[in-house]
Amino acid sequence: MANSKKKHWYNYLWIWSIIYFALGFFNILFAWLGMIDFILPLIFAIVGGNKWFCNNMCGRGQLFWVLGRNVGCSRKKPAPKWLSSKWFRYGFLIFFLTMFGTMVFQTYMVFSGAGTLRKAIKLFWTFKVPWQWAYQGSVFPDWVAQFGFGFYSLMLTSTLIGLIVMVLYKERTWCTFCPMGTMTQGICKIKKH
Amino acid sequence: MAKRLANVNTDVCVACGVCRLQCPREAISIYKGCYALVNEDICVGCGLCEKACPASAIDLKERGI
Repeated sequence: MANSKKKHWYNYLWIWSIIYFALGFFNILFAWLGMIDFILPLIFAIVGGNKWFCNNMCGRGQLFWVLGRNVGCSRKKPAPKWLSSKWFRYGFLIFFLTMFGTMVFQTYMVFSGAGTLRKAIKLFWTFKVPWQWAYQGSVFPDWVAQFGFGFYSLMLTSTLIGLIVMVLYKERTWCTFCPMGTMTQGICKIKKH
Repeated sequence: MAKRLANVNTDVCVACGVCRLQCPREAISIYKGCYALVNEDICVGCGLCEKACPASAIDLKERGI
């Protein structure tokens, strides 16, 4: 970042990314706060026809920049072309939305009583990690917590993928195939025409 | 006038805005959330944006005279 530029409060949202995962470690209900990162970019894109969220506010992108550039944890090598190609970007978006849908369905199963609350998170949609300390019951019904576990899994998995590509390639390589980024750019392109 | 300037491949650009944050001359904007737009009058071709671009969508080209 150019040093001469004025710093705004939203330049520090990378701290939020860390706080988010810390809060979810102690109480899974905090995972719901991640919905802000889902809804805000869409509002900016649909209403404003811009990517102001990605460009200025994305805490995750900022975190990758801080760790990759400022801390020096990135090789800063160009990523393979296919990683930012259209078919991979939209393919990953579809995959991501499918997994999101599966997670919502699991939440519904708990809501309807057909399933029971599982106090675990799933990394890379495969590896189950016990997480029972993060929920001891609350005033909310079980499905609220189930969504929390599912959503936290999604957020943690995507951040881990982002960290891996940050180390291997450029600082913000994640941004090239980030599902939210693909979606908002797609909306902006439709709006422009 | 600088010899070189940043050139964006708008077809590859993901409009993430990293280049815009890097530009010391504030010559880059994100056009309607679709791609990065370089103000050719301001760009000095320093290449900071090219180094930061995760999609390798920016290259430096020689200025035409």
